[in-house]
Amino acid sequence: MKRSLLAFGTAVLMMTLSGCARKTASATSPGPTAFGVAIVESSGGKQLGATGATLSQPVVVQVNDEQGNAVTGASVQMSGPLGVGFDPATGLTDSSGQFTTNVTLGSMAGRYQIMASTFTKAHKKVDFKLDEIALGYQQQVGYQLNDKYCSRCHDPESTPERVSNYDNLEVKPHPFSEGDALNKISDLDLTAIISHGGTAINKSPIMPPYGYTLSKQEIQALIAYIRLVSDPPYQASGMVYAQK
Amino acid sequence: MQPSNHKAPSLWQTLFGDPVRAFGVVSFFLLISLAIAPAKNYFSEWRHYQNQYLKLIRNRSEAVTLQRHFEGGIHQIWLPELGVVDRCTTCHVGMKEASLVDVSVQPFRRHPVIPHTVDQFGCTVCHRGQGPATTDAEAHRSTLAWEQPILPARYVESSCGQCHRNTLTGTPQLNLGRTLLTRYGCVHCHTIKLPEGGTIAPTDDPPSLEHIADKTTREWIYAWLKDPQAYAVSATMPNFKFSDADARDVSAFLIANSTPMPGDTAPLPASQKAPDPAAGPSLYGESYCASCHAVQNAAGNVVGGDVGPELTRVGNKVKPEWLQVWIRNPRIYDAGTAMPHYRFNDQQISVITGFLMNKTDSDLLANVHLDPATPEQIAHGKTLVAEYGCASCHEINGIKKPENFAPELTRIGSKPVTQLVFLPGMQHTLPDYIVGKIKQPRAFGAGLKMPQFTFTSAQIDALTTALLSLTDRAQTLPSTLAVPGTPSSTYQPAGRSGQLINDLACFSCHRINGRGGDMAPDLTWEGSAVQRPWLEEFLKHPNTLRPALIRRMPKFNLSDDDAKELTDYIMMVYQTPAFERDSMPLNGYPPTLVEQGKQLFYSKYGCQGCHIVDTKMDKGYIGPTLTHVGARLNPAWIYNWLKNPQALRPGTPEPNRNMSDEDARALTAFLMTQKGSSQTEAKK
Repeated sequence: MKRSLLAFGTAVLMMTLSGCARKTASATSPGPTAFGVAIVESSGGKQLGATGATLSQPVVVQVNDEQGNAVTGASVQMSGPLGVGFDPATGLTDSSGQFTTNVTLGSMAGRYQIMASTFTKAHKKVDFKLDEIALGYQQQVGYQLNDKYCSRCHDPESTPERVSNYDNLEVKPHPFSEGDALNKISDLDLTAIISHGGTAINKSPIMPPYGYTLSKQEIQALIAYIRLVSDPPYQASGMVYAQK
Repeated sequence: MQPSNHKAPSLWQTLFGDPVRAFGVVSFFLLISLAIAPAKNYFSEWRHYQNQYLKLIRNRSEAVTLQRHFEGGIHQIWLPELGVVDRCTTCHVGMKEASLVDVSVQPFRRHPVIPHTVDQFGCTVCHRGQGPATTDAEAHRSTLAWEQPILPARYVESSCGQCHRNTLTGTPQLNLGRTLLTRYGCVHCHTIKLPEGGTIAPTDDPPSLEHIADKTTREWIYAWLKDPQAYAVSATMPNFKFSDADARDVSAFLIANSTPMPGDTAPLPASQKAPDPAAGPSLYGESYCASCHAVQNAAGNVVGGDVGPELTRVGNKVKPEWLQVWIRNPRIYDAGTAMPHYRFNDQQISVITGFLMNKTDSDLLANVHLDPATPEQIAHGKTLVAEYGCASCHEINGIKKPENFAPELTRIGSKPVTQLVFLPGMQHTLPDYIVGKIKQPRAFGAGLKMPQFTFTSAQIDALTTALLSLTDRAQTLPSTLAVPGTPSSTYQPAGRSGQLINDLACFSCHRINGRGGDMAPDLTWEGSAVQRPWLEEFLKHPNTLRPALIRRMPKFNLSDDDAKELTDYIMMVYQTPAFERDSMPLNGYPPTLVEQGKQLFYSKYGCQGCHIVDTKMDKGYIGPTLTHVGARLNPAWIYNWLKNPQALRPGTPEPNRNMSDEDARALTAFLMTQKGSSQTEAKK
């Protein structure tokens, strides 16, 4: 189990590398009527979805010209690693300069880097990369546990429906996306903190112990989730593979 | 050379010309034919994959371990109880190797961590496909001999649902799909039998149409029938795609068929002053109407609860006289409604009615002009109402609820593909068929009556997942493997308090003995938890316990008698057998123990992270505020709660701290001194 977690980062790397491998065949669609110089994300990046499932929100990208104004009728092409599907994969930007597509993630848990590209007048390709995260069974369990037990303090984002406790705490907890801090903590230490509370590794006692509330499997699931959402991505250490 | 006149020997002559030659040739062919089987075996697909696997692991650092685990040949998992003969692990050789987590090529991926092992359940129980096959095509795709192809990963949670009828943490999509099946009324028309007996019951509560003419106008019914979501985006009523004439006739019938509602429907005394315009929003807010009812805001977001209907344009729908009666006592119109009976006075009724009647959209009914209905139209409307099964969901005078109105879905997840009709361009698989049916139900043939729902694609995937879990296997599972769902409770408290609990619709938010909603705390053991004076006061004047929540206990304006009656009942009946309620004193804890408890609260246990005891210092927002806890909770409850919160309220987010008896006693002593200053707090 621990080994699998350690090696997870490698999987992420592999997937990212293979990101550029597959190009979606451009269907016979009307040619672009306009060209931009840049492509940016409007919404839909960094979503969490189940493996093999369509993300709940569509990915929306926008093509801009030199002045940063949205361009209508520019071509957009989506591509991603093996197993990622787009509906539609290609098309033209709408009247507000945006292109909307539904993204289906692959069947392997991990981080998927997808790419939106457009062409400039000089037929130069401009790309924009964004990450989406697929949760496998274990990460899914971790996500649900995070929602119930952790996020109220560890997620600084506050909504009227769900007020965050983050600002009320004197010692700020690490948001789980804070890879710079969390990636340095080993699986063993994370298990210790979750099971025995912050004092287990001389951190704040405000972090309560969950070892008597959560099962061992649940704590492992939580760690699998934390490793998956960390930014920069978690790179497992201590495991070196020979080149194939 | 003279031209040879003897012919070239015939093929027969060449091969079998003399006995020796014939023997040699026959032996040769015999040898070849004997070699076919071993050669076929040698060049088989699975052997190719196993060789590839060996190549893959050769250069890895843990190659020795992997090679030791590797076993050549055909592997088979045989589980007679489940009818499983799976050879998938012949090619998927690295499935159990945790160290192969970085391998993304199939068939060598490691299986993601799940709670079951492949030896327990095999592969096809979850993934479908043809288990005994040893070639890629036969195992995964549908062939002439096997029509159940591999299940796409997006629906794999459906397989968990075959055995697990309960709600699992790891299957959000299945859980959502099951909720949608009951909430959107699918099971009003489609019967789904449960293996343990009974059927899946709907959780929506479509209104009775018996007295609809008292409630709304024919114009609104017409507009609603034409497009329910134009009135309320969150409406669960589907679109039946009625033509203008059909909608006209159905609305004519429903109005003509309506009878006056019984009971006290006297209008408010006319002498009411025009209410203060600010009073409406504040009474709506104070009464926590938004806990159950949503309103669409200017940004288009639907904000509020989904227990009751959306109220964005309610002024277009209801008649003011009806709304007054409804607000006064909803049970006059609908005895079983989830809406509580707020004991509002006439002034408050007029304020809230005025406020709601202003929630209108001038465009909604602007283009609806209906001529008076003719008897033919009404008769045609009645035919349509019967034909489209309106009475499956709604109570309608003179029309019985149809039996088996739509096809039964008990085994839809195992329906043979040969029995399905596909649309052109559709993939011929069961999941694609189900998705298509939900997306465009009327496209599959003329005369189909299934209405059009407005689901998102994520909701359709969830519904499909839930439907795919309804397989033959789910019905025929050995009882040792089935995990039944939580049985629905029909708990009904007795006597006058039982009537009060129904009248106040406590079950809409609170759960008691397994029945009721989950918006508010479970009250099954409330009598053990709280002190009597606090409870009685809280029922009359509820105040904020959990500052972070936006859904709170509303003020029902209870009379002293009613509050006392309810308090008596709760204190007497809702008692846990786990401990003696009065085993610890309310007061008189030694100051040293209290001080020790305070130390534990702030240092060892860091309770201030989630709770507030000192409003100036503490900021914890997650748990209930504890400034008055000594006047609210019963000390024995606090003590036992600290020892093991989940034992008293399963699923509470408060962690179990494995506290020693001594610490729990000290903390209880400290908390019991937190009695607040109820007078000054009440004024605030």
